[in-house]
Amino acid sequence: MKSIVPVLTVVAAIFAFWALAVIPMNIHLVADQAQRDEIVVAPEEPAARQEVSGIGLALRNPHIIPLTYTFVRPTLPSPHQVGAELYDSVFAKKITSKRSLVYHGWVTLAPTLLGFVIGTGLGILLAVGIVYSRVMDASVMPWAIVSQTIPILALAPMIIVVLGSMGIQGLFPKSLIAAYLSFFPVVVGMVKGLRSPDQMQLDLLRTYNASNTQGFWALRLPASTPYLFASLKIGISASLVGTIVAELPTGAKAGFGARMLVGDQYGQPLVSWAALFGAAITAAALVGLFGLIERVTLKRMGMQAA
Amino acid sequence: MLVIAAVLIWIVGWWLNVRLANGPAAGSPLVRLAIPAIFGLTVLIVWELMVRGFDVNPVILPAPSAIGARLMVEGPRLWADFEQTIIKGAMTGYVIGGLAALGVAILADRSPFWTRGILPVGSFMAALPIVGIAPIFVKWFGSDWQSKAAVVAVMVFFPILVNTVAGLRDTTAMQRDLMRTYGAGYWPTLFKLRLPAAMPFIFNGLKIATTLALIGAIVAEFFGSPTVGMGFRISTSFGQLALDMVWAEIVIAALAGSAFYGLMVLIEKRVTFWHPSQR
Repeated sequence: MKSIVPVLTVVAAIFAFWALAVIPMNIHLVADQAQRDEIVVAPEEPAARQEVSGIGLALRNPHIIPLTYTFVRPTLPSPHQVGAELYDSVFAKKITSKRSLVYHGWVTLAPTLLGFVIGTGLGILLAVGIVYSRVMDASVMPWAIVSQTIPILALAPMIIVVLGSMGIQGLFPKSLIAAYLSFFPVVVGMVKGLRSPDQMQLDLLRTYNASNTQGFWALRLPASTPYLFASLKIGISASLVGTIVAELPTGAKAGFGARMLVGDQYGQPLVSWAALFGAAITAAALVGLFGLIERVTLKRMGMQAA
Repeated sequence: MLVIAAVLIWIVGWWLNVRLANGPAAGSPLVRLAIPAIFGLTVLIVWELMVRGFDVNPVILPAPSAIGARLMVEGPRLWADFEQTIIKGAMTGYVIGGLAALGVAILADRSPFWTRGILPVGSFMAALPIVGIAPIFVKWFGSDWQSKAAVVAVMVFFPILVNTVAGLRDTTAMQRDLMRTYGAGYWPTLFKLRLPAAMPFIFNGLKIATTLALIGAIVAEFFGSPTVGMGFRISTSFGQLALDMVWAEIVIAALAGSAFYGLMVLIEKRVTFWHPSQR
């Protein structure tokens, strides 16, 4: 808990930088608008203003700086604008409304969770297979590792379109991507975890005349728990990113990804930014939730995090 | 007929691997390479035969031979896409993001207070869906490769930052005391002890970032790009239902991703030859 002050300081520094960046990012648009509202702006020609840098323009027109924070269609919205939009779309709208971020969040979250459960389940099964079968280990494991270096996520939108053209729509295509992305981290982590008991412990079980199955339930599976949680945390955030990317360029009508794009296309940057932060908060909540379960579980099992 | 052949080839391939994996030469490097190669080849052949046997529509899944043919024919176009996306977009962003992360890490490392703050915040940021900034950045920096480089730079920044900060802490009190008895100041200690000691961590971050860089560069092209680039080609080839072209780009992306990662592993081997994991 002693790191809470430094963490807050870093967060405050990031927000301060953001708040300062708002001025030069928006000043050109604000100056144009101010001129239309008959406020005197230093270089009077709009073309001449384009020549001046954002910081220079702000220094010459200190009287319009406050306007950059309340501009309606900012290039970079200020923190309080994003906060207000986030509050408005999360709490002030009915959750069934198409403008509620909770509604869009659920559209993204449902396939993420379904896919994550499928991917994790299959990943654990494959890991057990790899640990107990030398053939599977030698044939599949190198490919599982190589597949981590391939930008699979970039292909997510394509999978949606292919499945869509086959008439499969709704929850399933997005879950497939989420499952795929959480699959390999779980395989790699679980193989490591199931192999983590050392020779001494395995020998001890043999002296007890324990069968392979008993060895699995009594030693290998419990020993792999810290590794499982480490992979789960990677997997859930990969799943969420995958679902969002899958929604982005495919013309999805709902979900965080769709919201980010809608705000961009219809000149409502605040909607984009609120969706971005909504997605970030969701990711943080999911990872945090698994971190919490990890802490409680490992404590009850008397272990430490991997 | 072809389907039966596919099943037979699958059985033969698996049997061959069972023999190899349980045979007397199982540990030799040649066999360790041969087994995954046979597995991959079997999958390819089975894929080809299944597509032909079931007469799968090429709009859904093209045969590997069709993808191979595309790769051969479309060489110049694929190279132009590769240059635009990987070299201009991903590499530029990777270098900028990496250098920025390194700089911030060294600055932050001067005070334990900042280090304690940056580590949790950085690893938190690394788990966030940062790709979401792509549409915003395309709007800010235009649709050419500059916006892609910017997205990549932000995406690779946090993993490299966290790993570098963690690495710079990884010296023992004994080692630091030794440097002090040599009368070494901050900079000699940094360059001769702490940066070299941090290298295994830094390369860990750099390796994670390779895949992120490619993902960022390709995904950002979905939101606007000139008429060249891998993301552009993937999305337009889709519109034309030219799935073999899409798959050809996927093959290029996979090769580029593995090569980029492999390059980092090679450099890591040269730089951290002293580390136990490399000996």
